[in-house]
Amino acid sequence: MSPLIREYEVPGNDFARAGEASGHIKSMLKELGFAPAMIRRVAITTYEAEINMVIHAGGGHVTATVTPDAVKVVFTDRGPGIPNVELAMQAGWSTAPQNIRALGFGAGMGLPNIRKYSDDFAIQTEVGKGTTLSITVYAGKESS
Amino acid sequence: MKINEMAALLSGEARTAAAHADADINSAYAGDMLSDVLALGSQPDVLLTGLLNPQVIRTAEMLDTACVVFLRGKEPEASILELAEKCGVCVLTSPLEMYDACGILHQHGVTGAK
Repeated sequence: MSPLIREYEVPGNDFARAGEASGHIKSMLKELGFAPAMIRRVAITTYEAEINMVIHAGGGHVTATVTPDAVKVVFTDRGPGIPNVELAMQAGWSTAPQNIRALGFGAGMGLPNIRKYSDDFAIQTEVGKGTTLSITVYAGKESS
Repeated sequence: MKINEMAALLSGEARTAAAHADADINSAYAGDMLSDVLALGSQPDVLLTGLLNPQVIRTAEMLDTACVVFLRGKEPEASILELAEKCGVCVLTSPLEMYDACGILHQHGVTGAK
């Protein structure tokens, strides 16, 4: 079976629409019959990444590639980049402004959550150019 | 307990069609930081919050949470309810404070989601 590929544009600065791409991916995986626990891991990681794109990068592009064994999702933005990835990976560390915290995000848990619930996780980032985040969740690893 | 039993205990009112009226409510999460509930990675049957925005519904959708309770008498606007209907999330409103709402549910056997 050839991989199923879906592409999404995430609009920046539209907090009300944040999560649409993740919602579509989740519905698609449900229709394809993946295990609920695996779908939840994909949903959490994609949603956090999508929110990050909206908050920090003015939106971006999402590509989801689905095979029977795995779901790989790549998030590409042309935002400001992450100056210190190690710091950004620390639970509780956040640069989100107060207005975003008031909406329930910016607890500094986004990237740590994404790493926790994905099986493969990679960030490429360059200050002033943007960030590419790539995550993969494998079917059959629901215990993690 | 069922959602309508929970609504009665919380002096709550349903704001969406009862898409999940039959859902069993056994576990809960209460809080205003959505990243914290996402960090749990589990599936609370109900999310109790004082936060009022569309991302509360999105978060419930991602976690397969059947019901959201907006506390302290906060009334969700139409766009939030439309999203909830679309995502299949049941919305209740309750005049109670979070501490009291949690206490009542805990007393009736609803545990914290882990």
